[in-house]
Amino acid sequence: MESLSTLMEQYGTQVPAAFWTNIRLALLATLGSFALGVLLALCRISPVASLRALGTGYVHVVRNTPLTILMLLGVLAVWGQLKITFAPDFHLNFFIYAVIALSLYHAAFMCEAIRSGVNTVPLGQAEAARAIGLGFLPAARLVILPQALRGAITPLGNTVIALTKNTTVAAAASVAEASGLMKTMIEFRPDVMVAIFLTFAIGFCLIVIPIGLLTTWASDKWAVAR
Amino acid sequence: MSASVLFDAPGPAARRRILIANLVAAVVVLAVAVPVLLRLQERGQLEPRRWTAALDASAWSDYYLPGLQFTLQSAGIAVVTSVVFGLVFGFLRLAPLAPVRAVAAVIVEFLRAVPVLIMMVFFYQAFALASRSGVINAADSPYYAVIAALTLYNGAVIAELVRSGVRSLPKGQREAAAAIGMTPNQSLRLVEVPQALVAMLPSLLSQFVVILKDSALGYLIGFFELLQYARQLGSGQGNILQTLVVAAAIFIVINLILTSVATLLSRRLSSRTAGRTTAPTGPDGVRAASA
Repeated sequence: MESLSTLMEQYGTQVPAAFWTNIRLALLATLGSFALGVLLALCRISPVASLRALGTGYVHVVRNTPLTILMLLGVLAVWGQLKITFAPDFHLNFFIYAVIALSLYHAAFMCEAIRSGVNTVPLGQAEAARAIGLGFLPAARLVILPQALRGAITPLGNTVIALTKNTTVAAAASVAEASGLMKTMIEFRPDVMVAIFLTFAIGFCLIVIPIGLLTTWASDKWAVAR
Repeated sequence: MSASVLFDAPGPAARRRILIANLVAAVVVLAVAVPVLLRLQERGQLEPRRWTAALDASAWSDYYLPGLQFTLQSAGIAVVTSVVFGLVFGFLRLAPLAPVRAVAAVIVEFLRAVPVLIMMVFFYQAFALASRSGVINAADSPYYAVIAALTLYNGAVIAELVRSGVRSLPKGQREAAAAIGMTPNQSLRLVEVPQALVAMLPSLLSQFVVILKDSALGYLIGFFELLQYARQLGSGQGNILQTLVVAAAIFIVINLILTSVATLLSRRLSSRTAGRTTAPTGPDGVRAASA
């Protein structure tokens, strides 16, 4: 136990800081991927053929690419080769790269979640919207999407959970986050590696499980009863 | 509701608007693509030699194919082990004994909440430590760590698939089994799980896509899989962008094939089971996003 306390003295403040990085990545990437996801879902259900093809193409390509490759393409290719920087600060720059990669990747899943929500909206709703003279965009904004988003709470919540766990992949973009700190701590103290692993694993449980409960609660509260 | 009912068959005015929207979309795509291409050109990334070097015969024989072999090998083994793990825990989740169900539920939920990468890093270091005592070869520890982490996470997801597959069966199946005198265990083993398995085959194939994609996380613990080889080839020749794009394309093609087989299966299998075969879906109705 004494050995654990010396470890905590050395790394005690870094653990919450590392988790806070994961949480910030998750919050920003959730916003980014949701915005892009709504846009993609609109494209995929729109009457414009080229937009449908664009949305479908994006989803199929991105969904089947490992997130690790997207991270590396950002850091090794776009930053390393094309020399595109988002911020003068080295760490902030990589943090932004990680947020962008996470957003681009999960937008495909957000789009599919919203589309599954659109499928819960009865046909009559779209017909009624057209009957009162609404065009595609007004119908989507006023009638379809509000109901679809409420029907998509569960799959959207699952995407947010997956996104939160995937913030660890930001390690590929050299962002100092939880998985990297765990690696350092185990290298420093391999004798208590199980305790270190459980600390981080339970940390993620404490973040992820409330999101799941919140999703269930929100879905029960807001999903349109049919 | 299908997408096509969201709008009427377009008339003359709508056709004009759609034409304009098509043009606007094209302009937007060009507005994004042209600066990207210009930047690529400016940095010399469009030079043919960079692309030919990423695609020539020696790149395939010395880098992509050996890398792909390790990727497929680790993913293939993880598929088998996670299906076994998933079946065992799926049964435990449905066991007649409440404490067994509860313990299995805690384990499955824990494994589903912990990021795969956290498990992978832990197993990597645990195996590296174990290799000091000579149990396993130190060089193999990333390989075993990838398989172990993929097995635990995807096994837990498959356990949930088994459980939800059994739950989605009409209750007449269980009642019929009980009526001919089967115990709950027999009913599970002989009637319910076999049908649930057929019903979940498409979802299972979608999970294989997840396993294949997640095997790329092994890159982060130094496992020599496709991504690692692609990066090595790219850093040697200064064309890392090109080699990463090729690696991504290989993943995309394999995954698209798996996904279309899943869709095909879900159509063909629907007559073989009382369960639902709609795919590609996870336990929650949407394919789970994984790394």
